[in-house]
Amino acid sequence: MNNRQPQDFWPPLTAGIGLGLALMGMFLFTGHGLGANGFFTHLTVWLGDAANPVWAEANAYFNPYLAKDHLFNEWISWEIAGVAIGALVGSLTTRRFQWKIERGPRTGVAARLALALGGGVLTGFGAPLARGCTSGLGLSGGATLAVAAFVFLIAFFAAGLLLSALTRRLWQ
Amino acid sequence: MNFPLENSGMLIVLVAGFFFGYFLEVSGLGSPRKLTAQFTLRDWSVFKVMFVAIVVAAAGLWLFDVLGWLRFDALKIQTTFYLAMAIGGALLGTGMAIGGYCPGTSVVGLFTGRLDALVFIIGMLIGTALFAANFDSLQGIYLAAQGPKGQTLAALTGLPIWLILLLLAGLAAAGFRLGAWLETRRGGVISASELAE
Repeated sequence: MNNRQPQDFWPPLTAGIGLGLALMGMFLFTGHGLGANGFFTHLTVWLGDAANPVWAEANAYFNPYLAKDHLFNEWISWEIAGVAIGALVGSLTTRRFQWKIERGPRTGVAARLALALGGGVLTGFGAPLARGCTSGLGLSGGATLAVAAFVFLIAFFAAGLLLSALTRRLWQ
Repeated sequence: MNFPLENSGMLIVLVAGFFFGYFLEVSGLGSPRKLTAQFTLRDWSVFKVMFVAIVVAAAGLWLFDVLGWLRFDALKIQTTFYLAMAIGGALLGTGMAIGGYCPGTSVVGLFTGRLDALVFIIGMLIGTALFAANFDSLQGIYLAAQGPKGQTLAALTGLPIWLILLLLAGLAAAGFRLGAWLETRRGGVISASELAE
């Protein structure tokens, strides 16, 4: 029974050093850091263009993206593919992979999925507004000591701390 | 898709992405319960992993610059747009408190079997479409309060980079101490077996 238990997570210090070295490597090879939201922006543009090319073409935010390469030729798509494989390998080799809808003990499935959708909408709106996300702006900008990263991170943690007064019951 | 790719850099990016996803997974940051426990101050993994990674990468890049192997200012350094980045940051903090993920961790969540992450991703696509649809009327916020081009903390404060790095390392160490103190008082860090129950 005991070996059915998942292995526990790494200490944050060890994992943080590993992540920092991966981030540094990315900068050394490409001149920029790791990202995430850029992929979802490209994906939204691609889907928007497929659904309504006239609208996508006329939209001032989408238009510059349409002139770029195909989604699969963007570096961020390859990076996200790597992230997906890394997460799979990490969880499958440690019995941590588990199909589930993760939620707090007092939150129902429907409520959890509605909140996931709502949180996703806010995130999908906020990241292009900030010109980056926790990875692309917070983490990668932080590695170059960009003021922008710390403005973003302070607002991110402040909002999360304030909101958790309301949302903590959803998770605990 | 156009083959040949004529750009083997994609392979490097794939490998870097692999380690990005791997290290997020092994530190438990694919779990929305663990991610949101940062905001209730019960589990400081998000702060610890992010801050250590920032200090390690920044110190490494600085060292390459000192050795003359890299020009720090040749790297992509974002320009600050104070208003848009503060509002956007607050929206992502809110999105994580409610939805449990940020863009990168939602990918890790999905590929560790969490189907709520897929719903979060669908929400993100809707949110980005809404942003694009309202892009014209958001111009005022989007472009307001622009800082100097590619400004770093060193340029902002006039302090040398090594001192900034020391201060950030000190802040990280303080976060580890404060985090450990609060973690024991608020139920302890969330383990992998607790999540599997």
